[in-house]
Amino acid sequence: MALSSVLQSESADFSFNNDRSFSFGCRFGQTNLGFGAAPGDRLNFAIKASLGPDDKDGPERKIEFLHGTTTLAFKCWINFSVAERNHQRTASKATNFSSQEQLALLNQPAIPFVIIPQFQHGVIVAVDSRATAGAYIASQTVKKVIEINPYLLGTMAGGAADCSFWERLLARQCRVYELRNKERISVAAASKLLANMVYQYKGMGLSMGTMVCGWDKRGPGLYYVDSEGNRVCGDLFAVGSGSMYAYGVVDSGLRQDLSVEEACELGRRAIYQATYRDAYSGGQVNLYHVHSEGWTRVSQEDVLKLHHQYQEPKK
Amino acid sequence: MSIYDRAITVFSPDGHLFQVEYAQEAVKKGSTAVGIRGKDIVVLGVEKKSVAKLQEERTVRKICALDEHVCMAFAGLTADARIVINRARVECQSHRLTVEDPVTVEYITRHIATLKQRYTQSNGRRPFGISALIVGFDYDGTPRLYQTDPSGTYHAWKANAIGRSAKTVREFLEKNYTDEAIATDNEAIKLAIKALLEVVQSGGKNIDLAVIRRNQPLKLLESKEIETLVAEIEKEKEDEVEKKKQKKST
Repeated sequence: MALSSVLQSESADFSFNNDRSFSFGCRFGQTNLGFGAAPGDRLNFAIKASLGPDDKDGPERKIEFLHGTTTLAFKCWINFSVAERNHQRTASKATNFSSQEQLALLNQPAIPFVIIPQFQHGVIVAVDSRATAGAYIASQTVKKVIEINPYLLGTMAGGAADCSFWERLLARQCRVYELRNKERISVAAASKLLANMVYQYKGMGLSMGTMVCGWDKRGPGLYYVDSEGNRVCGDLFAVGSGSMYAYGVVDSGLRQDLSVEEACELGRRAIYQATYRDAYSGGQVNLYHVHSEGWTRVSQEDVLKLHHQYQEPKK
Repeated sequence: MSIYDRAITVFSPDGHLFQVEYAQEAVKKGSTAVGIRGKDIVVLGVEKKSVAKLQEERTVRKICALDEHVCMAFAGLTADARIVINRARVECQSHRLTVEDPVTVEYITRHIATLKQRYTQSNGRRPFGISALIVGFDYDGTPRLYQTDPSGTYHAWKANAIGRSAKTVREFLEKNYTDEAIATDNEAIKLAIKALLEVVQSGGKNIDLAVIRRNQPLKLLESKEIETLVAEIEKEKEDEVEKKKQKKST
């Protein structure tokens, strides 16, 4: 009944279930992708997760991303003047400037160092592409970023079916909104629609942890929405079993003055490091960049190739 | 013809929905309301019906706020208007909750019009007997004025009037709504008063006025302010008459 009301209703209506207590068992930043990951339990990748008679690796085992995922999105400052100067330098494998290089750049009087104000934010979205069913790798080439419309992206972590179904439904709602109101839907509204849709099914076994990323008239937008009913706005999220490793890399490398390429490289590196250590993440790194004109697919790179790229210089 | 006007859901052979048209007649019996869209201000003026001696004046207001930045005036059945206004107010807040943005004037007008249309196409209900003038500012600062009627249609207007003698007022507005006439906020307010004075009997006492300025909430003008403005208008009229006399004599 809830689904039919979602499909038929003109406006997203949500039924408020008063019996359910709101448990914020998961801390912000810790992955809580619904059932299977108990709050406070840090060993997400060790727990099996499925409904009903489980613990058997059999044909009934459903394919899910739940513990085989690393998805990552962060807002970044895009300093275009630094990007210009990067073109002059040779492509570097390392993402960090050495302090001497930076000084050299600043001393060049010919190119003015202009700091572009806040509205030049963009959002970098990086995901892996592995799907697992228990210990079996179901696929190495899954698309975990769904293109809702030319300026909105959604990432997928959790149950494969749940994510793709609900995000496609969200795409439908967004399009209807656009037609009715003659203007694009905002990222806040799109994420709210999704959150309200899945909240009607809270407790019924949906497993979905998604990030809605986009650009609207308020600038860049990044929201984390999951099947528990969480909807959080933020500057940086990593979701999935490999999220801890990704957080480590991004947190140490994130700066205010990253250029587009540097930010992309940071995202790529973060996902690579996550796939290196997490058994349930792997495949390719898909990278998207969301800017004022919409989103662009930056790159798709195989993790093995990245491995050679990053490990070679060390030998 | 009369056999086709009982049920709302029945068309007449020549394509009329009589109940809807009768509802529009009910609107024409209501007291006049006028709306004007200025550059930085939107004005709503209504004719106040004279109250009985013992009645408290402030119980029934014909101008109601739907949200901070939108308000409406109506003409027709007051009870019907109360229902429509309640639904519109709830929808304004629902929109803020689900979309995290205030409603645009067009959105809430469309919602009210859809509500009215639903009542022209269901069993056992009659149409709402009101026309509404909905004014406000959008999120981006554009002023808007919309009018809805019992059939569920809505249109945007620069200036409009509904209710008794709406035709007279509209003709006045068509003649006098110019860019100079709405150049300043004060001028726009005076234009609304002038339009109402055409049809209202005894001057400033029977006029209720409300304005919304950009980024400011609805403001209902007090009777003293209205009296002052009416006096200004009367003086301007007299000055004009004198000027014409002088021209003729010279």
